[in-house]
Amino acid sequence: MSTLVKFKIDGVECMAERGTYIVEAARENGIYIPTLCNIRGVKPRGSCRICTVLVNSRPMSACTTPVTDGMEIINDTPEINDTRKSIIEVLFVEGNHFCPSCEKSGNCELQALAYRFQMMVPRFPYIFPNKTVDASNPKIIKDHNRCILCKRCIRAIKTDDGKNVFAFKKRGMKLEIIIDPELGDNFTDELAQKAVEICPVGAILPREKGYQIPIGKRKYDQVVIGSDIEKK
Amino acid sequence: MSKPIVATTSLAGCFGCHMSILDIDEKILDLIELVEFNKSPIDDIKTFTKKCDIGLIEGGCCNSENIHVLKDFRKNCKILVSVGECAIMGGLPALRNGIPIKECLDEAYINGPSVQHNPKGIIPNDDELPMLLDRVYPCHEIVKIDYYLPGCPPRAELIWNALVALVTGDELKLPYEVVKFD
Ligand code: SF4
Ligand code: SF4
Ligand code: FES
Repeated sequence: MSTLVKFKIDGVECMAERGTYIVEAARENGIYIPTLCNIRGVKPRGSCRICTVLVNSRPMSACTTPVTDGMEIINDTPEINDTRKSIIEVLFVEGNHFCPSCEKSGNCELQALAYRFQMMVPRFPYIFPNKTVDASNPKIIKDHNRCILCKRCIRAIKTDDGKNVFAFKKRGMKLEIIIDPELGDNFTDELAQKAVEICPVGAILPREKGYQIPIGKRKYDQVVIGSDIEKK
Repeated sequence: MSKPIVATTSLAGCFGCHMSILDIDEKILDLIELVEFNKSPIDDIKTFTKKCDIGLIEGGCCNSENIHVLKDFRKNCKILVSVGECAIMGGLPALRNGIPIKECLDEAYINGPSVQHNPKGIIPNDDELPMLLDRVYPCHEIVKIDYYLPGCPPRAELIWNALVALVTGDELKLPYEVVKFD
């Protein structure tokens, strides 16, 4: 009994296991669909919309939509890529992203996507919102200026007994991520490290460390994000 | 045919972008073959003596003088290019954007740890001094900017490629490694 389904991405015949999310199915077929809030192996949330594709002509988030038989997916067109680029630009102007002084620069997924889409300047005016830095935790620093509210930390960082360490607080433009004071104070080194790594931007930083990799050798200095998938 | 004329300025910047222009090394000899410089810290011409083709702007606008100079550049240059993060988004000077101006001045002249002697608590305020703006503005929020070269500073190769493309009309080469935000 075969559970494989056939579908097309930009006209290319692809195959994947039934129920696979489009992003994963594309990856298995050597096609990169940009993602930001998605984490491999964790239930998708579909909050950033960077992965928007056209599914049978309708815009859908590729990280939350499973492939079905005969699906026609459009991924790589100037229009779709410009929509993605505009989302990245919104994220830049909504926060305070001073890349030249950011510890995550060169390893940041938001910045890497801006490089991929050649963002020279956001098309929207800068907001320069008033945001703070929460340095109360003994192991990590939470910089709200750079947080893109992707929820990755909420979804992926849990204690051994399954409790969330991170949570949303407030609403709208004031929305921010807080660390549970008690659970956060008892962070194991591994969990703190995992939180730093799960954050796509420089909003969760390790204490007493930073700028360790020289410019030129960081993850996205020479290599375009997604090119590892496209090479296959 | 006369050479295209280039003007440059540093507004609220650190001169790093100008350093990056000089970082083209021996290509500087090609550059002076290619273009003529007018108002610029590079040749120390202080005021425009003719209309220019290309204006390179380093730094954003943090005070009234920056605005004045930027508008002067817009008036005298056919093409304006925002060079570097400060021109594009305010850069490090814009770190003050969330802080009220009074607090900034108090910190600089009265409370700051490096303030040596200011018993009367004087904050400089004179007609000769440019007024600080309420926040630091990206150049394109003040005048129309035609092109943007990101980087802190933009790689010398990016500035060179852009100048050559503007002067020759050839397509701009943008290799992945040269377009960076830091
Ligand atoms: S988090 Fe990323 S985009 Fe934001 S300042 Fe840091 S490197 Fe730049
Ligand atoms: S802290 Fe990082 S992982 Fe958490 S929501 Fe903000 S950007 Fe996403
Ligand atoms: S990656 Fe699909 S919505 Fe964020």
